[in-house]
Amino acid sequence: MFFHRLSRLGSRIVKELPKERYLPKCGMWSLQRSYGQYLRSSAVLQRRTRTFQEDVLSYSHKFCTSFSTASENSGKETEKINVIFVDKDGEEIHVKVPIGMNILEAAHENDIELEGACEGSLACSTCHVIVMDTEYYNKLEEPTDEENDMLDLAFGLTETSRLGCQVIAKPELDGVRLAIPSATRNFAVDGFVPKPH
Amino acid sequence: MSRYLARFLVSRYFSSASSRPLHVCIVGSGPAGFYTADKLLKAHGEARIDIIDRLPTPFGLVRSGVAPDHPDTKNAINQFSLVAQHKRCSFYGNVKLGSDLLLSELRDLYHVVVLAYGAESDKDLGIPGERLSGIYSAREFVWWYNGHPDYSSLKPDLKRSDTAVILGQGNVALDVARILLRPTTELASTDIARHALSALEESSIRKVYLIGRRGPVQAALTAKELREVLGIKNLHVRIKETDLNVTPADEEEMKNSRARKRIYELLSKAAAAAGTSEADPDQRELHFVFFRQPDQFLESDERRGQVSGVNLEKTILESVESGKQIAVGTGEFEDLSCSMVLKAIGYKSVPINGLPFDHKKGIVPNVSGRVVSQTSGGISQNEPGLYVCGWLKRGPVGIIGTNLYCAEETVGSISEDIAEGVCTSVKAGSKGLMELLEKRNVKKVDFSGWEKIDAKEKQMGSERNKDREKLVSWEDLLAAAAS
Repeated sequence: MFFHRLSRLGSRIVKELPKERYLPKCGMWSLQRSYGQYLRSSAVLQRRTRTFQEDVLSYSHKFCTSFSTASENSGKETEKINVIFVDKDGEEIHVKVPIGMNILEAAHENDIELEGACEGSLACSTCHVIVMDTEYYNKLEEPTDEENDMLDLAFGLTETSRLGCQVIAKPELDGVRLAIPSATRNFAVDGFVPKPH
Repeated sequence: MSRYLARFLVSRYFSSASSRPLHVCIVGSGPAGFYTADKLLKAHGEARIDIIDRLPTPFGLVRSGVAPDHPDTKNAINQFSLVAQHKRCSFYGNVKLGSDLLLSELRDLYHVVVLAYGAESDKDLGIPGERLSGIYSAREFVWWYNGHPDYSSLKPDLKRSDTAVILGQGNVALDVARILLRPTTELASTDIARHALSALEESSIRKVYLIGRRGPVQAALTAKELREVLGIKNLHVRIKETDLNVTPADEEEMKNSRARKRIYELLSKAAAAAGTSEADPDQRELHFVFFRQPDQFLESDERRGQVSGVNLEKTILESVESGKQIAVGTGEFEDLSCSMVLKAIGYKSVPINGLPFDHKKGIVPNVSGRVVSQTSGGISQNEPGLYVCGWLKRGPVGIIGTNLYCAEETVGSISEDIAEGVCTSVKAGSKGLMELLEKRNVKKVDFSGWEKIDAKEKQMGSERNKDREKLVSWEDLLAAAAS
């Protein structure tokens, strides 16, 4: 059973290889990791130079999580939805996000340039994303007061803006398109919000 | 967009074709400096970046400005540390532009110099009595409780009376009010400087007045901070209901800004709740006072040279243009007694020799981050290889995240200039800087030196059940870095 799961992970890893991602030097260990966490491009490796120790601890935690979810679903993998990020240059990046993961984490997993200065603690607005279709925006839970407080300060705030760290992937969001605001491409519908500090 | 793409490809071609490094020096290691470094590293594989700072510790206001009871906001330090540890980036602390080296020398050594040293001075009110003892700028007070080595010996007197007045209603004003009024048991486990915690434990301040010259619709604070003070246990917030009346111009301002509207609603709710709470002699009070501007500071009769109160003039609002109202004095005055005044009316940047400066706006004149100077004929010209980012570029407004977009703009300008071949001569870069600092006997602190300071602070903190116990003197900081 375990081997069966491993080989499925392995075949998925192999399918993903053409996407210009290479396995870091840790050899065989890589096959045992949940693929989304581990396959990283060189730019991300350069940027996120965590120690091997930290990597092992976090990956084994994630591996255990997906392992137990998989066994709960009697052999089915964690379901994923399609999310399309539209970056500052207008380019679309299609990614698959596991249900339950927040969008900030999903962006970082896929090497998408979405800042998360406060690391998801609702103390900044740098993970601001714009939901490009109102239909999808309406499917999200209402933002809390705390999220709205931070959105007030977001650069280029629009009526369909949300903080990426507060948007959790669920089946109804399959196909959602999220734009990342940019200094050179102002999506503002509200106009510039005054910026106190 | 295709023009941008073309330039991008050209600069990529040049950068991969030439193995010549692009030497960059960023002055200032706060958010503006680090976001600029991060974006430059990603955009230019040949960039070699040195970030210098006059303090031995990096991170600017994230370390010395963010309040001790806002630890999550300081998470940004983790991202910045990754940038400093990048193999093409180095941090050098205890290096001061203007004393250890000149701007002209930096420009000789580096292809690109980005000034991101923020705003280390204050706006003045320019009213009588401003030099009386007991009057500080909020910046000085914040640096004092955050253990900035320049202000550890500030010794504000918190025992002379029960009242402090804060001029200004922005988030810095709220920060200092909160630190003055929060139970010290709550502060004891934060990274507040020890000398500040001791002083606050003996403080007699129980009432703080936040004075704004305009109304609640114009208050510069933000919802999160307001919600926070409204939620502090045993802190009674007082707002006059009459101050909440809005004019059509106010309505328009709120219509155009959801932030303004939400803040006004919060203040209204707070005013209504305040009316119903009972007075308790030992309670701490935070009063929001609107439509008052300071006319002069009053001197104490018993203690000459000390402030004893503020003379305030009532104001009304006048529309100057659509969406903007200013405060105008009415000629009616009243006094407010206090033993301490904190001016939280805005920071101001400090000019340096050889740098064009707009004294009116308090910033370095620039276009999209490129520094511009005036020729003798009055024509604006770009200063080649010289850029600004952050408060020095935009003025002292915005939050940490605002610098993300600011850096994006400045780096965009740098990339364009590189593509157009502005930075092609050979420069000494890091090597030249090291030689210069060596010659001048400057004891620079590199990132591993900061890591030693960091480790020492965390170790001292663990002995007292806090995240860190800050080292607050230059001697202690430099000694820890060199250990």
